[in-house]
Amino acid sequence: MSIHVGEAAEAPDFKKAAHVLLGNKQVRANVRRATETIRNKRANVVGEMPDWEDLRNSAAAIKQNVLRNLDTYLEQFEAACTKAGGKVHWARDADEANRISIGIIQGHQQTEIIKVKTMTSDETRLNVALEAAGITPWETDLADLIIQLGHDKPSHIVVPALHKNKTEIRELFMRTMGLTELGSKPEDLAAAARQYLRERFLRVKVGFSGANFAVAETGSVCVVESEGNGRMCVTLPDVMITMLGIEKIIPSFDDLEVFLQLLPRSATGERMNPYNSIWTGVTPGDGPKEFHVILLDNGRTKVLADGESRETLHCIRCAACLNTCPVYRQTGGHAYGSIYSGPIGAILTPQLQGMEHSQSLPYASSLCGACYEVCPVKINIPEILIHLRRRIVENGDAPQTERIGMNMAAFTFADSKRLGVAQKLVQLGNKPMEAIALPGWSAARDMPVVPKETFREWWAGGRK
Amino acid sequence: MLISLFIACYNDSLFPETGKAVVTVLERLGHTIEFRQAQTCCGQMHYNTGYYPEAVGIMRHFLDTFKDAEVICVPSASCVAMMRDHYPKMAAGDPVLEAAVAEVLPRVYEFTELLIDKLGVTDVGATYPHTVTLHTPCHSIRALHIGDRPQRLLEAVKGIKLIPLANADQCCGFGGTFAIKNAEVSAAMLNEKMQAIAETGATICTAGDNSCLMHIGGGLSRNNAGVRCVHIAEILASQGTS
Repeated sequence: MSIHVGEAAEAPDFKKAAHVLLGNKQVRANVRRATETIRNKRANVVGEMPDWEDLRNSAAAIKQNVLRNLDTYLEQFEAACTKAGGKVHWARDADEANRISIGIIQGHQQTEIIKVKTMTSDETRLNVALEAAGITPWETDLADLIIQLGHDKPSHIVVPALHKNKTEIRELFMRTMGLTELGSKPEDLAAAARQYLRERFLRVKVGFSGANFAVAETGSVCVVESEGNGRMCVTLPDVMITMLGIEKIIPSFDDLEVFLQLLPRSATGERMNPYNSIWTGVTPGDGPKEFHVILLDNGRTKVLADGESRETLHCIRCAACLNTCPVYRQTGGHAYGSIYSGPIGAILTPQLQGMEHSQSLPYASSLCGACYEVCPVKINIPEILIHLRRRIVENGDAPQTERIGMNMAAFTFADSKRLGVAQKLVQLGNKPMEAIALPGWSAARDMPVVPKETFREWWAGGRK
Repeated sequence: MLISLFIACYNDSLFPETGKAVVTVLERLGHTIEFRQAQTCCGQMHYNTGYYPEAVGIMRHFLDTFKDAEVICVPSASCVAMMRDHYPKMAAGDPVLEAAVAEVLPRVYEFTELLIDKLGVTDVGATYPHTVTLHTPCHSIRALHIGDRPQRLLEAVKGIKLIPLANADQCCGFGGTFAIKNAEVSAAMLNEKMQAIAETGATICTAGDNSCLMHIGGGLSRNNAGVRCVHIAEILASQGTS
């Protein structure tokens, strides 16, 4: 089995990638402006909900139940979806999911598909696999289209082209769509994209989507979106393929009530998404004639097995944690080397991809806790980051200097007499302190002046 | 009331004035302070960096040192957050440790919590004729839910001019070993914080946690910003000088 999460296995470590991005003033300004806008909108619409905390608790409880009984719910979903005329496929990893997709498309002798925004297919690198098989994927979400046309990488879970501003998008559209004239207002850009996509919506026979939720009880699949491109993709083609991670299951239709309140408010600061598409199997004379669901594991059962970090799988991909994260705010999403960026990416990517590839991500946080505070499904991200750091230490993968330093510190803190000696050493030279503080600290910050007397000395000496 | 001071290792070593200020304030309010020389650290650095057994060892030492203390005052929000958020989990499965944590934790107070919740005081009789802005450390607001307690204490200080800090709840970028492991991102976060501080025009930046202040103060000093960082206890201890 080979698990890969986008290109995370080849990505540089966070510190190196952040170094490059911190030098990019344009990206940083774009990220700051965009995240502040969404964050403020979210705060407004969350603030008007008297039962927000109850909703968060309900969502967390539903997700806990799902994860404890995932096997049952998945089989229930398969039975219900099959009964409604759908076909359910099981994929152990990214490659298997891609192979199943290609098989379905080629089985209909098609060479192109239209896609609704789907993180899961970015995770499996479906587009790369499709192109290698001679199939052209057309991204129809505006931001995904911008990424695709620019051969770029998504930098945000909900708004993947957030690192681009209007001017950059206008230039990209003119160049790639062969336009000689284009206005600079958002409406002008949207109109150009609409023109470009419309013809493909009408022509292409296979649609492809991810899913925000899949209902075990009814076998239904739910996609929420803002542009209407999703509605076109799930209704116009003859064949529909939906790929989703196995954790996207919810038990019953009623549970949507909770999540459809939490998700839009958390993700885009809207009370409701403009488009909420829910469909069940196939209906003769209405929509696609054939419907396939691919249930993807790709490391999720591995996460499920770790009781300390299992709640990572609660995630509904709202990205509220990205928009509030002071680290993401500085670097943007590309620093995380994964399609899953920000705080959730820092815990999800290493667990799916394997710690050896994403060792630096659990340290890409100051543990400020802002992510946990906004998470609609109450994932305690700081706690999981610490848990993953512990796994790195236990695997013997922490840097040797750190290990020695921590062992020395633990030895010192075990006995106040030892601490007294260490304090004396620091006072004597101020050198060991600087050695411990490392160049990283001193590049931007002065060390505090070491006092002549510690508090304990002052106290022991009669407080003089 | 007999109040036992857990000063926190870095305050003991680097910021003894903060400890002295806590003593001054509490004695002025008529309380007796004890300092148990056996104390060392709460274990936060080890815990947060992934050194779990080491952190448990340090926790044991803390519990041992303070097991019979009546009231424990800690002038460091992040140490208290470490204890409240993590000690119960770290002790789970060991009945003796569980009991020790359950015994000690309710008697641990962050300094501003102690003043307002336990001692019922907001005016501690301080005078501080300076222009001050208040940074609210992440652990104090998100873990301890300390709310406006520091603000209320500062508002009662005579002569003080308090200027609100924009985005006061945004992390300053310290984050313990984060400041070293991801020094550049940490410094970028610090720059935003320093800019917000500069915009207040204050000459003093305060907070209830010297770990943030060491980081912010280190940056301000490097930039010759003309702003000093002072722990809130030192402002509350002041009666007109410095």
